Amino acid sequence: MSLQPELTRVQEQALAGLRPKRSLRTHIFNFYRTKPLGAFGATMALLILIVAIFAPMIRTHDPYFTDHEKLYAAPSSEMYFGGDTLGRDVFSRIVEGSRISIKVGLISALVGCTLGMVIGVSSGYFGGLYDLVVQRLIDAMIAFPALVLALALMAALGSSINNVIISLSIIFIPSTARIIRSQALAIKETDYVLAAHAVGANHLRIMFRHMIPNVMAIFIVTLTFLMGVAVIAEASLSFLGLGVGPDVPSWGGMLRGATKNYIGISPLLPVIPGLSIAILVFSWNVMGDSLRDILDPRLRGTQ
Amino acid sequence: MQVYLIKRLMLFIPTMLLVFTLVFVILRVVPGDPAVAMLSGGAQTEKAFTQEDVDRLKAKLGTDRPLVVQYGDWIWGLTRLDFGTSFFYDQPIWDDIKDRFPITFELTVLALLMAGIVAIPLGVLSAIKQDSLPDYIGRIITIGGIAIPNFWIGILMVFFLANVFDWLPPLGYTDIWKDPWTNLQQLVFPALALAITHMAFVGRVTRSAALEVIREDYIRTARSKGLSEKIVIWRHVLKNALLPVVTVAGYEFGRLMGGTVLIETIFNVPGMGQLLIGGINHRDFPMVQGIVVVITFLVLIINLVVDMIYGMLNPRIRYT
Repeated sequence: MSLQPELTRVQEQALAGLRPKRSLRTHIFNFYRTKPLGAFGATMALLILIVAIFAPMIRTHDPYFTDHEKLYAAPSSEMYFGGDTLGRDVFSRIVEGSRISIKVGLISALVGCTLGMVIGVSSGYFGGLYDLVVQRLIDAMIAFPALVLALALMAALGSSINNVIISLSIIFIPSTARIIRSQALAIKETDYVLAAHAVGANHLRIMFRHMIPNVMAIFIVTLTFLMGVAVIAEASLSFLGLGVGPDVPSWGGMLRGATKNYIGISPLLPVIPGLSIAILVFSWNVMGDSLRDILDPRLRGTQ
Repeated sequence: MQVYLIKRLMLFIPTMLLVFTLVFVILRVVPGDPAVAMLSGGAQTEKAFTQEDVDRLKAKLGTDRPLVVQYGDWIWGLTRLDFGTSFFYDQPIWDDIKDRFPITFELTVLALLMAGIVAIPLGVLSAIKQDSLPDYIGRIITIGGIAIPNFWIGILMVFFLANVFDWLPPLGYTDIWKDPWTNLQQLVFPALALAITHMAFVGRVTRSAALEVIREDYIRTARSKGLSEKIVIWRHVLKNALLPVVTVAGYEFGRLMGGTVLIETIFNVPGMGQLLIGGINHRDFPMVQGIVVVITFLVLIINLVVDMIYGMLNPRIRYT
């Protein structure tokens, strides 16, 4: 890296410290102005969240109710997306399914990342034997193919939403821990950590007051990325029949048996659930991408 | 270099042992006894079988022994490359894996090739024309590729080929050495479905690597000494930007090998993924263990090879 951008960056950071704190509204406005794609993602994500929160009011039918006169019903003003293999209303199932996807995405990524962060920071901070043992464990878990681990865990725990969340959380721990640890190793050597040591701060205080706030940027970026991964993973598990359970209106579960059952019947049946997954994950990912640009100073110039 | 290689190979031992233990423990927590699962035929119907049948089958499978003994027995077998006998098929695991492994391997290689051919030029183009229309389109494609579940692409492929073109690839698998044309027809669509997600990953890495390289002083030097833009891009930018791409491609390979389950299910490719899901459903512990061992070993080997290639491509890295 050449020296010039480095200098400008340092200057910019120094100036940023001098500037008065901007209000939240200006921040949001600036986000929309400089990162149109990210802003689009954030808006979409918010819309889907609203749909999920108000799902019981938005859906038009009971998503579990099977109506044998509506098998593979064509889309109509009554059933916007038609009926499925059991005559259930596809629109209501999609609306209800948004709750499952968002719940699985948010909780499993949050739990997995938080545990991964605690392990990563402590492993980087303490070093020594503890670090060595933890790193070997993480090596083993990363070498273990993720989907295979997820399948084995789901087979062990049994199908349910909570078990999907538990297995995905476990899977997210090693990779997050590894990313955070490398960051923690760098922070450990900084002057402010040394200063904290000098004034007699204990280990817990150093980790929580000085190290964790400084890995927050990478934490948030990893979190938004893993949220999307979790949604797709849940869909994959439900598709294989090892996810949230057979009747639950999960987007992945709705694709189950698609190639066998739907061919030649209704192109909407396999298209809509997959499109819903893609839109949700896409909006989370572009949002996370722009957040990364803003939060990670090393990437500020490169995008 | 040799010392480094030996060190890395030595590290395989604790990692593999941990993986063995992990898979063994997870599988033993699975509710549902393999003997009961086999006697009831995996079906919901209550077939008549007595406790005596269960005990006899348990004795035959060896699941009546203490877990420590079972574990020791399995590890001892592995050291002699004996993967054990399948509970369900009652034949050596290695026979099945040996047949299925090349299929998944071929699928993976094909997918990675397709991903690379599209993603590397796309990533470089995106970087050269940063913040222009092609860059935005490229970025949307790459983020979109990560967001789209690849099994959905697979479903849509089967769906549209059947409905719109009234043609389906001959689902299944034909040996590449017997009938390469049918083999290609069978594997090209599943490989394409797999390739899309990985294309997105490789494309993103290429783009950010190329962006960093373009800002380097030696690129400015190359331009200022009058080299044509083409030579600058091909010889200087691409060559240096490919380093991280090789690493990512290596890690992706491992993920692909373990992640073909869904695509194999959709396209009915009889690879290791189908074997694995069958093993989980039948509570065929030795089968699942065997597949995990093979995939993990392959992942470790590939990571090592990638690190070695990295060292050869980048003389700044010295292994000690």
